[in-house]
Amino acid sequence: MLDALAAMLGNADFWAAVLRIATPLIFGTLGVLLCERAGVLNLGIEGIMVAGAFTGWLAVHAGAGLWTGVLVAAATGAAFGLLHGVLTVPLALSQHVSGLGITMFASSVAYYAYRVSFPNVTTPPTIVPFAEMRGLGLPILAGQTSLTLLALALVPLIAWILMRTPLGLAIRMVGENPAAAEGQGLDVVAVRVGAVVAGSALMGVGGAFLTLSAFNAFFFNMVNGRGWICVALVVFAGWRPGKALAGALLFAFFDAMQLRLQQADAGAVPYQAWLMLPYVLSILALVAVARRATYPQALMKPWRKGER
Amino acid sequence: MTDPVLRLSGITKRFGTLVANDGITIDLARGEILALLGENGAGKSTLVSILFGHYVADEGAIEAFGRPLPPGDPAAALAAGIGMVHQHSTLADNLSVLDNVMLGTEPLWRPLSRRREGRARLLDTARRFGLSLDPDARVARLSVGERQRVEIAKALYRDARVLILDEPTAVLAPQESEALFATLRGLVAGGLSVIFISHKLDEVVRVSDRIAVLRHGKLVATLPARGASKASLAEAMVGRPVPPPVAKPHARGDTVCVIDRVVVQGERDAERLHGVSLALRAGEISAIAGVSGNGQAALIDLLCGLRGADMGTVTLGGRTMPADPQAWIVAGAARIPGDRRDVGTIGDLPVWENAIAERYRRPFASGGIVRRHAARAFARSLVDRYDVRGGGIDAPARTLSGGNMQKLIVGRALSGGSGHADRYVPTLIVANQPTWGLDAGSLAWVHQQILDACARGAAVLLVSEDLDEILALADRVAVMHAGRLSQARPASAWTLAELGLAMAGEGARDAA
Amino acid sequence: MRLEARASLSPAMAIAAPFMAVALTLAVAALFVAWAGAPVGRTYALIFEGGFGSRFAWSETLTRATPLMLTGLAAAIAFRAHLYNIGAEGQLYAGALAAVAVGGLHGGAGFDLPAPVLFAAMMAAAALAGAVLMALPAFAKTRFGVDEVVTTLLLNFIVLLFVSMMLDGPMKDPTAMGWPQSVALKEELELPKLVERTRVHAGLLIAVALAALAWAVLRLTTFGFEVRAVGANARAARFAGVPVTRTLVVVALASGAVAGLAGAIEVAGRAGYLTLDMSPGYGYTGIVIAMLAGLHPLGVVAAAIFVAGVLVGADSMSRAVAVPTYIADVIVAFALLAMLVATLSARFRLRWR
Repeated sequence: MLDALAAMLGNADFWAAVLRIATPLIFGTLGVLLCERAGVLNLGIEGIMVAGAFTGWLAVHAGAGLWTGVLVAAATGAAFGLLHGVLTVPLALSQHVSGLGITMFASSVAYYAYRVSFPNVTTPPTIVPFAEMRGLGLPILAGQTSLTLLALALVPLIAWILMRTPLGLAIRMVGENPAAAEGQGLDVVAVRVGAVVAGSALMGVGGAFLTLSAFNAFFFNMVNGRGWICVALVVFAGWRPGKALAGALLFAFFDAMQLRLQQADAGAVPYQAWLMLPYVLSILALVAVARRATYPQALMKPWRKGER
Repeated sequence: MTDPVLRLSGITKRFGTLVANDGITIDLARGEILALLGENGAGKSTLVSILFGHYVADEGAIEAFGRPLPPGDPAAALAAGIGMVHQHSTLADNLSVLDNVMLGTEPLWRPLSRRREGRARLLDTARRFGLSLDPDARVARLSVGERQRVEIAKALYRDARVLILDEPTAVLAPQESEALFATLRGLVAGGLSVIFISHKLDEVVRVSDRIAVLRHGKLVATLPARGASKASLAEAMVGRPVPPPVAKPHARGDTVCVIDRVVVQGERDAERLHGVSLALRAGEISAIAGVSGNGQAALIDLLCGLRGADMGTVTLGGRTMPADPQAWIVAGAARIPGDRRDVGTIGDLPVWENAIAERYRRPFASGGIVRRHAARAFARSLVDRYDVRGGGIDAPARTLSGGNMQKLIVGRALSGGSGHADRYVPTLIVANQPTWGLDAGSLAWVHQQILDACARGAAVLLVSEDLDEILALADRVAVMHAGRLSQARPASAWTLAELGLAMAGEGARDAA
Repeated sequence: MRLEARASLSPAMAIAAPFMAVALTLAVAALFVAWAGAPVGRTYALIFEGGFGSRFAWSETLTRATPLMLTGLAAAIAFRAHLYNIGAEGQLYAGALAAVAVGGLHGGAGFDLPAPVLFAAMMAAAALAGAVLMALPAFAKTRFGVDEVVTTLLLNFIVLLFVSMMLDGPMKDPTAMGWPQSVALKEELELPKLVERTRVHAGLLIAVALAALAWAVLRLTTFGFEVRAVGANARAARFAGVPVTRTLVVVALASGAVAGLAGAIEVAGRAGYLTLDMSPGYGYTGIVIAMLAGLHPLGVVAAAIFVAGVLVGADSMSRAVAVPTYIADVIVAFALLAMLVATLSARFRLRWR
């Protein structure tokens, strides 16, 4: 077993797999981070990823380019984000319940639309996904697609926006003290809704990675809890983009490892036990950091204009 | 007289049936300090909130520097040169002073925030107006006075030409207030105009040039501050003479509550106590003065059973008390919390359930079943006796006004769940800012209730930031600063200056 | 656009809210039906007929409503205390697994008890399994401040994998020819049918009785007061002397136990054995039901029947017209969002300036 482990860690393929598994999580985690920095919990992520996976794939299946598919997925995410944003920010409804409702609504609409579009298929129709990139020099980038590069590029970009630009300061302020932001002339509702829309667009792209890069078709239950894991990862990351990347990679590392070990131990341990590992780790990570976590102070606190 | 910098005409604002502002017309001249005077609930804060765009007036218009000001838009108010220092700090604790100041001063889509220029500008502004501050400090670490300087700097950084301060002295020690007044005089000398909200007659007369008195949402008088008589101002403000509360003569009793060298290790400075001792006697009102955030919260939590001491002990009636609110209630502690909306009442539950909330297990339940009939009868008697007005005992407590909510809380605490409130005597009354935000009538009522219960033999601990309240009620006064408590001395043995020094931490050394 | 609080609650709006939400939902779902190219009126008529149009339709709806009442109840009591238990799906499976372990393995494990005792033990085991599953999130929340939403959600996946592992391993029915299906309950342990030649079983009575019990506890007891007080304002509740942590933990365990019972009753009332596709998301649908019911335990019974009718009706409708059964999920999910907005109208009014 230890030999297998050592061989695995020395293998570039393994690390490439880690990066591949991490990619949708990076998109999703950055999306959650943007929403939560602005003070809005977005449990719609699970359904938004399903919807993004579906619409991105559908666009490509209908003949659009792959990048158009990505844009369609982002727009889908943004649309559900707008719905969540309107329900939770100006209408100040429970962020928990609205998010769960968005998840149920987005995924059931996606499944419904899939069945309407393909009423009689038994095997899912396929598309030609993003091609693997070659000649980038680094071995672990071999076999990745440009969506993974996009995810990696987004991490410093979002960190920059949040920490170095006036817009980022505005987003952080509405998540820390919306009344202060209003007192400085900011439109709190616009900033919060905007952040939720942008974050949800990223979630949609994270879903599209599954159908346009990781696989080539749309399956039921293909998101399979990845959205919830992103919500946990953001807490683990202390709402910092760099740490979010680290968290996504760490999670993907364990996921890739359990896949390999599952193959290596040839059924001595039931495969389900290995599959549980990522979920168990997410819970443990949450418990481990919960004590020292400094939440954005206005997270989950609805804000009504003039109510101070 | 030059053209006014601000002109409010016919401002009316209603909240449901309440008319918070009723046709208010007033001007602000350049270089003037205008005081808005009125008791709590008179509509002062509403008026400036409309001016700053937090609320939209139902009727009326505002002109700033000769141009109409669009309603409901703080950004427009800021652009017109109006700055506001809110009553409650509007700073983000986890961000730096510079972040808080620069927010909203740059185009949002700029790819890089110009922090170096911002810092230079902030330091320059601070120097020009004599405000000392550190741009890189995290706001969470600042004292109340420092936060207020940041708030003022925030407005000046944006070249505000009109500065509105909403009850700025409410949270300051007397000396800090003096420093603030000096700053304000410097500002108006430099050509700014200031609107200053207060309900304290003394400072209004001393600081302002002109005084506008509000009562029940109406502007009842506008007069120059020079030569204004406090008595006439008081009458304009309240509208009717309010008799001062009267203490019935009574004897002091035994010591019932002893706080002995208590240490509390809070997470923040405001929640720490460093060896506090105090003895409370039956029939005596002991008051804790001090600027908020110096450990009063920890002391109150301790005496409400919300937290325990890390070192030292607290005894009530000879028993060492645990950190369990129920134990304190059963031992006869009548607790009046500082936050009536979020701690004192459960807003979504009806008035009757709030009335029995502290005694829902005894006497208002048996065998785990709430004795609904008895509970509702008790609530009805409480509402009658303490004149809690609102939608009746089935209305959600949230719908009560602040004054009626406080009557419910005080009545619940002082009656001890007994239908015969006259005969019930709490062992200890813990009152935290019991009259905060109440109008004169409710304020006098709360004071009278506390005095009466004390005369019947309760020990009272009163924590307040309002020195007038403390001097009106207390037999003994101690001052809290930085988690330490000065010795308690008879109220008559303190001068106002001594109190101020102790609140600023100067007098603590000799007293400790 | 801004919300303005009404001076007092509008009782008319509070009652009208669910109806407005349902009307809005049906209007929006009509767009989806039209998109599928089906006649809207006929589709709705078919759904209604399939859910409520006949004795058989009613029997199917009530059968489907039984687990939904229980998961709805589990969500409603937890949400009343502001505890977001989203793990009813996992708790339901855990309960089903525990029920099968007690009621199906009894012969092999060697405890041969009289049927009533075994039945009670089976139900107790299911409730316990659900409660245990809720203990961890409750502990993490009260001790470390971990948001229970994510932990309960993640536990759903873990439990499903665990059930899958058990159905592949020790609890697999050896006669099922490789199909992942558990051993069957002893026949005497199955719940009796309420109506001849239908699938409606006595679990319905248990569910309704539990709803009535929950209503009585919430309304009449000191514990009910504690739950409502903690849910409305935990700080104020603690100040008034309510043991907040204890209340949250008890509510969490009770909520988990009810969801666990849902699993056992589903096993004992329907197939008699456990498969991995036993629940088409009963746990998640329970959340919608709780919200539609305004978190009222008796309302849960009505809301569960409504939602079950839509689900059953959509099944039968899709056999007649080309509208996928997922229309039912669209309706249910949108109803949740619409209900949220509709409840606002009782407390606030919208002002357009």
